[in-house]
Amino acid sequence: MTGQSLPLLATLGWRNLWRHPRRTLVILFAIVLGVWFMIFSAALMIGIVEQQLQDTIFNLTGHAQIHNPKFRDDPAIEHSMPAPNQALLEVLNSRDVVQWSARVRLPAVAMSVRESRGVMLVGIDPQRERGLSFIGEPVVEGRALESISDNGIIIGRRMAEKLETRIGQRIVIMSQDRDKEVADRGFRIVGLFQAELEATETAYVFAGLATTQKLLGMGSDISEISLVTNSREGLDPLVARLSNAAPELESMSWQELEPLVVTAMEFYEAFMVYWYLIIFAAMGIGLTNTMLMSVFERTREIGLFQALGMRPRFIVGQVLMETLILLVIGITIGNLAGWLTTDVLLASGIDLSAFAQGTEQFNMASTMYLTLRPNDLLQINALVIALGLLASLYPAVKAARYVPVEAITRT
Amino acid sequence: MSTVSLRKVCKTFGEGELAVHALRDIDMDIGKGDFVCLSGPSGSGKTTLLNMVGGLDRATSGEIIVADQRVDQMDKGQLAEMRLTTIGFIFQAYNLIPVLTARENVEFVMQLQGIPADVRHRKSREILEEVGLSGLDDRKPAELSGGQQQRVAVARALVSEPALILADEPTANLDSVTAENLMDLLRHLNDEHGITFVISTHDKLVMSHARRLLKMHDGKIIDDIQQR
Repeated sequence: MTGQSLPLLATLGWRNLWRHPRRTLVILFAIVLGVWFMIFSAALMIGIVEQQLQDTIFNLTGHAQIHNPKFRDDPAIEHSMPAPNQALLEVLNSRDVVQWSARVRLPAVAMSVRESRGVMLVGIDPQRERGLSFIGEPVVEGRALESISDNGIIIGRRMAEKLETRIGQRIVIMSQDRDKEVADRGFRIVGLFQAELEATETAYVFAGLATTQKLLGMGSDISEISLVTNSREGLDPLVARLSNAAPELESMSWQELEPLVVTAMEFYEAFMVYWYLIIFAAMGIGLTNTMLMSVFERTREIGLFQALGMRPRFIVGQVLMETLILLVIGITIGNLAGWLTTDVLLASGIDLSAFAQGTEQFNMASTMYLTLRPNDLLQINALVIALGLLASLYPAVKAARYVPVEAITRT
Repeated sequence: MSTVSLRKVCKTFGEGELAVHALRDIDMDIGKGDFVCLSGPSGSGKTTLLNMVGGLDRATSGEIIVADQRVDQMDKGQLAEMRLTTIGFIFQAYNLIPVLTARENVEFVMQLQGIPADVRHRKSREILEEVGLSGLDDRKPAELSGGQQQRVAVARALVSEPALILADEPTANLDSVTAENLMDLLRHLNDEHGITFVISTHDKLVMSHARRLLKMHDGKIIDDIQQR
């Protein structure tokens, strides 16, 4: 096959397709629908995973954390860590880190006049939590904490319901101090926060970092440092730098901190490939059938091609070119439809608030956002073209194997 | 020097009691620039013989040489190459490619040969003019009459200047006037270009145009007549 022959292949392929416009349009529709559905389902799946990841990162995890090595197994006050030293501060204040914050995070009991609940008491620097975690966002009721010495406390909206309390009322926070003695104090509720998940609203209460350290007699010690970086790809080198700066502490990326999320992402990635194959199987059968019909109908013509000296590989190329044209048109329209659906029509997400309780069960937010990644598009398009050509290889080879004298006399 | 040479060529379809001997020990030589008609009743082996010479089918035994190439020893790819470069075909049922225009049909073989577009366009324009179809270049086969279609087929067979043109009942679907015109054209092209023609027919009109007439019966050549 020479370069000169490619225009001939393309001309024959294009015109042959329109010999039976209805049949071509039907298979084209199937390809468009298949490609669109692959793109839509990929965007939906990736959207769910990405959102879960974002929620996880925003839910006090960050992209990386630094702890006392024993803190994750036993988040007790004796497993606190000192405030960051100069070497650590240099890395934390480097260009790669967008925001970082030191926290105290210890188990406690919150008591109102009517109820008591086990909670995680989190001492924060409210200025540093902005852009780092959900508690840096405005509260839904009342006010946010103003400084590390703020005497107020912020609790979740759902927690307020459970404790049967409200803004302005006092609750008592009780925990264990550095000397293993009970430490407690009353806090006035100054704000209520809302989180994507109800579980978050009942899990955490937030007080000023210095106020918490003082309550628990921790001095300047903290439980953890959480940070977000400007590039997830550059996270591993950053974590390595943190480990070098503070070898006695444990620096971990979100992948190590949240292995379940990583597993879920890997599962979704693997699932998507199988999902694509299932969708393609339906499309591929139609494609093979169409090309077989096309080849059978043109047996005599293919015999003529052979008689005129068309080589077998050129005949294979001719059938494949027809398929390729179909696939390219189908993929182009399918991609356009996929982009319109994910980035235009559903750009503001799919509202599932009517099923909020159900989505909560699956750790999903009430609004699902679709995420279209260039890599997924490439993967889908490459898969459809490769498998599409594979599906039409059988009709193509069949055509190339015709015996010229039999084919040309076929009526 | 022979353009086509056959030695003891046999073709048998089927086996055992059901075997049909389509060709029996054919010996034949056709010289360069000859204009030969194979005549005979249906089933005499004319078309089978053409198919063997053209490499469209394989002989059961015997030796076939076309333009100094052993056709009987070629594989599928070599046969395709030989048909592309050495032989032009004209079939009974015109056999044009329906999705291509007259000009594109004529250029088809040249395109397979990898001839540049400007050369193809010039040659196709000249040959269409020579067969009396200038101005009809952009018509699809369905927009042409039977005679015009057969002229396009002739132009296609001729344009790449093959050593041999094989025509299988080329006038079978044409009325007598169109058939006469076509045969005049083929003889004219034979005279002008010196291309060897082998035509199978049972049409007396076609036979009357032949320089040499080979009569076939039951798979054998029974007569070899030089005409004019």
